[in-house]
Amino acid sequence: MKLLISLFFEFFKTGLFAIGGGLATLPFLYEMSEKTGWFTVNDIANLVAVSESTPGPMGVNMATYVGYTTSGIIGSLIGPLGLVTPSIVIIIIVSKILKRFKDSKITQYAFEGLRAASTALIAYAGCSVAKLALFDTECYQRSKQLQDLFSFKGIILAFIIFACIKWQPIEKLRKHITGKENRKTLHPIIYIFVSAIVGITFQF
Amino acid sequence: MKELWNLFVTFAKIGGFTFGGGYAMLPVLQREIVENKHWATEEELMDYYAIGQCTPGIIAINTATFIGCKYQGIIGGIIATLGCIAPSLVIITIIAAFLQNFASFPVVQHALNGICVCVTVLIFNAVIRLGRKSLFRKEKPNPLAVSIAVFVFAAALFTDISTVFLIIISGIICVAIRKMGEAKA
Repeated sequence: MKLLISLFFEFFKTGLFAIGGGLATLPFLYEMSEKTGWFTVNDIANLVAVSESTPGPMGVNMATYVGYTTSGIIGSLIGPLGLVTPSIVIIIIVSKILKRFKDSKITQYAFEGLRAASTALIAYAGCSVAKLALFDTECYQRSKQLQDLFSFKGIILAFIIFACIKWQPIEKLRKHITGKENRKTLHPIIYIFVSAIVGITFQF
Repeated sequence: MKELWNLFVTFAKIGGFTFGGGYAMLPVLQREIVENKHWATEEELMDYYAIGQCTPGIIAINTATFIGCKYQGIIGGIIATLGCIAPSLVIITIIAAFLQNFASFPVVQHALNGICVCVTVLIFNAVIRLGRKSLFRKEKPNPLAVSIAVFVFAAALFTDISTVFLIIISGIICVAIRKMGEAKA
């Protein structure tokens, strides 16, 4: 019981002080490992690898994993619940405040700036993923050959997906076969799923 | 009750099919929340992202709480978040119990590398959509918004300034410049 309470509290603290994406929780995991000894620093590498390779928000995945390893199935519930509790409370408050000041001029001006900044940051995040997906910097550093810098399979797949989103050949084909007008374009989940299969088939 | 169940299932779907969380969630959120369910507009989604990045907690959870809260109040915020984390709980528990070396399976690695490519394209597609709204006003580029975006992008790329600070300062600068414009006019 005491273990569960301290598990909840540790992740509550992480949820309260980590700001941003899942990786923002990393420093807190290192601290947790030192302080509690629930897992070693080496375990963290595996923790991150598993969290990155499974669906769902990374922070939640890590909290679940730590929770399970410390105290079983109950722990895998308590860890993430501790993590999300501060978010829920804070966002509910922010959301109430926002509702009240939604129509004020200042709020609208602030959001004009916030939206622009947010767009830029998402674009930046996209660039970081692109670096992983389309380039092979490790291989390039080893060989210094320019052709090793690009991962051609990735670039080809990226172009095909882009073309499918942009010109919608599949939607057109579907319309042609069924004869029915369906305004919905392919769901992003379908693209993700197919890409996984392509990745396995062509050994990405 | 039906609305809450709907909220839970929708967010479980979003949580269960996004890899990497936060930013990678955006394309699926646009489709499910903005286009299919109409629980929020594209602008609102952007606002939630902006706030979610500079309030405590991870972005994915903050955004889920926001949308749930807007649609069904406090209980909606809680349900949406629980929905979003439910798939993780199940999947990770199974992996932690039986497949500790999951991440090192070659088949998992290949699948992930494929997904990574797909997520790149989806994120850029989402950015183009967002940019059309956030950087343009009445079909014309909004010079202030464009300069803020360029500045933030460059700062994120070349410096270590925290994103929290970048977002807050963008809001302040925008208010200050617009207020000054008003005072002149």
